[in-house]
Amino acid sequence: MNLDIPEDIFYTRTHEWARVHNDEVTVGITAYATDQMNKEIVNVDLPTVGTQLTQNAGFGVVDSVKAAFDLYTPVPGEVVEVNQQVLDDPAIVASSPFQEGWMIKIRMQSAEDLKSLLAPDDYRELIKSEE
Amino acid sequence: MIPYLCNTQAQQAEMLQLIGARTAADLFAHIPQHLSLKALPSLPHPLSEMELTTALKTLGAKNTTTSQILSFLGGGIYDHFIPSTVTHLAHRAEFYTAYTPYQPEASQGLLQAFFEYQTMICQLTGMEMANASLYDGATALAEAVIMALSAHGGRSGVLIAKSVHPEYRHVVATYLKNLDTDMKELDFTDGITNVEELEKALNDNTSCVVVQQPNFFGCLERMNEIARSVHDAGAFLIVIVDPISLGILRVPGTYEADIVVGEGQSLGLGQMCGGETLGIFACKREFLRKVPGRLVGMTKDRQGRRSFVLTLQTREQHIRREKATSNICTNHALNALKAAIYLGTIGPHGLRHIATLCAKKAAYLRRQIALLPGFSYPFSQPHFKDFVIQTPEPADRIVDSLREKGLLPGIPLGQYYPELEKCLLVCVTETKTRAELDRFVALLKTMSHG
Amino acid sequence: MDETLIFERSVAGRCGVSLPPDDLPECDIASLVPCDLLSTSPPPLPEVSEGILVRHYTNLSRKNFSVDTHFYPLGSCTMKYNPKINETLAALEAFTHTHPYQPPDMLQGILTIAYELGEMLKELTGLHGISLQPSAGAHGELTSLMIIKAYFQQKGERRTKILIPDTAHGTNPASSSRCGFQVQQIASDKRGRIDLAALKLALNGEVAALMVTNPNTLGLFEEQIGEICDAVHENGGLVYLDGANFNAILGIVKPADFGADLMHINLHKTFSTPHGGGGPGAGPIVVRDFLSPFLPVPVLEKQQGQIVLRYDHAHSIGRVKSFLGNMAVVIKAYCYIRMLGAEGLKSISEHAVLNANYLLARLRGIFDVPYNDHCMHEFVVSAQNQKQKGIRALDIAKKLLDYGFHPPTIYFPLIVPEALMIEPTETESKETLDQFVQALERIVEMADKNPQAILKAPITTPVTRLDEYSAARNPILRWLSTSGK
Repeated sequence: MNLDIPEDIFYTRTHEWARVHNDEVTVGITAYATDQMNKEIVNVDLPTVGTQLTQNAGFGVVDSVKAAFDLYTPVPGEVVEVNQQVLDDPAIVASSPFQEGWMIKIRMQSAEDLKSLLAPDDYRELIKSEE
Repeated sequence: MIPYLCNTQAQQAEMLQLIGARTAADLFAHIPQHLSLKALPSLPHPLSEMELTTALKTLGAKNTTTSQILSFLGGGIYDHFIPSTVTHLAHRAEFYTAYTPYQPEASQGLLQAFFEYQTMICQLTGMEMANASLYDGATALAEAVIMALSAHGGRSGVLIAKSVHPEYRHVVATYLKNLDTDMKELDFTDGITNVEELEKALNDNTSCVVVQQPNFFGCLERMNEIARSVHDAGAFLIVIVDPISLGILRVPGTYEADIVVGEGQSLGLGQMCGGETLGIFACKREFLRKVPGRLVGMTKDRQGRRSFVLTLQTREQHIRREKATSNICTNHALNALKAAIYLGTIGPHGLRHIATLCAKKAAYLRRQIALLPGFSYPFSQPHFKDFVIQTPEPADRIVDSLREKGLLPGIPLGQYYPELEKCLLVCVTETKTRAELDRFVALLKTMSHG
Repeated sequence: MDETLIFERSVAGRCGVSLPPDDLPECDIASLVPCDLLSTSPPPLPEVSEGILVRHYTNLSRKNFSVDTHFYPLGSCTMKYNPKINETLAALEAFTHTHPYQPPDMLQGILTIAYELGEMLKELTGLHGISLQPSAGAHGELTSLMIIKAYFQQKGERRTKILIPDTAHGTNPASSSRCGFQVQQIASDKRGRIDLAALKLALNGEVAALMVTNPNTLGLFEEQIGEICDAVHENGGLVYLDGANFNAILGIVKPADFGADLMHINLHKTFSTPHGGGGPGAGPIVVRDFLSPFLPVPVLEKQQGQIVLRYDHAHSIGRVKSFLGNMAVVIKAYCYIRMLGAEGLKSISEHAVLNANYLLARLRGIFDVPYNDHCMHEFVVSAQNQKQKGIRALDIAKKLLDYGFHPPTIYFPLIVPEALMIEPTETESKETLDQFVQALERIVEMADKNPQAILKAPITTPVTRLDEYSAARNPILRWLSTSGK
């Protein structure tokens, strides 16, 4: 199990992470999630800039060779940027899940929305219980 | 004992003992008593292989086959010559008794054959990619329309030419009924789609336009103009093809068709009352991850040897479940294999020769019939192997009287197009000799009202 | 082994068949087809001689496992022996040379077969109306869901949900959403059956139907099927039976008796027609009388001794395939039932269940068995214990190939970790089953002593394990003259 869990970000029960900078939230998937796909990511589907996302709704899909994983929105808001690099070369998601492998940036409406997310310690507990 | 079972009484007893059951019935003991059948279902008594053969031959004799009667029936199922290679090779049990090639190491034969089939369909249509087949032309069309709708996101309009095979339109309508779409039919003028009307019908909600080339009447649609209009409106062009016609006609890739489907029965499959079909499905590469059905890809094994495998499976139902691109699981693999063997056998020049024979013989027959008083052709457009003739009386009456003389002249069109009640859809393939065409004309002559 | 593609065997000027000459007066094709529609050269298909073609495909056939060459215990797929007589009879010219637009009175032989097969399937299921049009199991499901939708629409009820157990085939949810339904999953209980309490909680006015597989994909009979169907019916819903496992209960239980309202039947599983490397199969559907008006057209009926095609069903959902259905498959299934009769079919199910239970009993000591009941025609074991030694279900599957066995279905149903789903079928001998057990015993032993040897498997097949990642990441789906070896 991959316990690489940076301390400066929030997490979801569905293995997305969210890094907050002012009202902009960068979203990706965790190293643990990429492990579950044997680090073999063959495709990433993401929304286009301008899409309005609602919390916990699906916003994209990551495909490994034999499985597909839905991506769920950690905080509601508008998509303001999409990482073209991961669309072109999805392998980046596995090699650098928390940095170059980010997927979208969302303009958050309210900091209140962060309350339902998990802190690093909670997330650590979650993946221990999943093992 | 039933020849398909092997375990003797003694072996069964031994097996039951190891299981820890007394009788075979014990194994079904958990089925609630009130549900268990007290009497056997009532079915005809069993037959030996010899009796079964006799029974089937007796039933078969109740059919009048297209070898016993001179048939000019087409309309989607065609009497093309089937080279002996097709039957011999596709009936190798190593092919037909295998399952879908989920274990690639044990299925390289089928996988390579399907990869070659996909390639041949690309060569045939000029498209960038093809899948490993669907059920038939009509369901392949329904899948194509649904894929176009999904690729176009917001657009829900579907325009389908009325010159498309009526059963195909019926299948598409059935498939779309439960999805939120808006399907409209486009009228024809002189047997082909009216491009002006198409342009009027196109709008920014049109996701795709469906045209058949050659169309149900055998007429050749103006594909270049149609493609331009469709693409100007930002919609996808779906073309239904007759694969044999591609021996002489410009292939859909050259006029930028987005999706190409077709019935592959012409490629070495029997007429079988319409029950041996192959759904051809090809498209532009941009649809890669939205394609329905199996895809075979080329890769390497651990030793670096070229090998083949089912790929992009995350689109499919067994992984993606309710979010799959289609519910399809089985394709028509064996029929795809037959089509590949057929195309490999006849090759490019064989295909061109067959297509040329079809076009010429059909044109000859149409010309000869139109010379008869009372007969004419209602559509002046160029055609391929099917064509429509206008008859002096309702077409089904012509059928009734000619069948008594050993000839089936064609399909009465009134059942699909009430305004064409006195029209017959006639088809000529390479299997018809000039003498047979002349016989048709001679018989019609006896019916013509001079 | 030679892996040359047919395109690489192509040499310009070769042809694999002799074709008849043109016997018409000279005429230029350009006078028949306008130049903007006429191609200048034919498609670039391969050019090979008849002998080269035959050797190519014959050699390809030898790079394949099949029922006629190997034991093929693929769970859920029913890889039973495909009788040769059925192939012979379905290929009679009396059937192959018939056209769907011939007047029906000229097709009475083939239509009688279709009609009588329908009658026999109705008798075996206890249901009342039939359509042979669907081409496959998934197609039968889709057709049935369209019927369910039309039925409630006609009743003026808006029901949008389909309940599906977590053990179901993936086609169930896929077909549901294809038909515009939402899917809600129902959990299984500890015994691998539908959790009746969970089902009852999920039932409400939005539920159109429950899709249930019985016996289910764990090979277990749903003992509470009567109560399950009652609960759905009391809620105003319908019960759809996925008939993939009908081969276990022929002549033993009729689905209508336990409450199924409609179902599909896989002729290519239960009734021995070959799988063809992935089709064509056939997925006829059978329905209760109140659903018959919704069946696809045409419907076959017998009137004064003649079989006729009826198109005038007022509530018909329409048409789901061109023409009548996969008739070659229909003829083969008809032959199978006529040859076996009711008693024969019942013993087919009994032998299938005996073979499965025997194999299960012998494998109990080797693998973890999640549901420890008698099974029906198939069962699921788990390679969980082996996984701890670094050997997954996938590895066991690959090593089986080296022993000359096609592996079982793996990683399905989804609720069993490291699942191996095994269906021996009735047509295998005890000797074969014993050899299969021996092979598994050796593999499990090897997992302890020499796991590396398993991870290398297979080594006896034409190719070793494939790079499926590259295949999916950069898909190459056709040969180009520029693609190398």
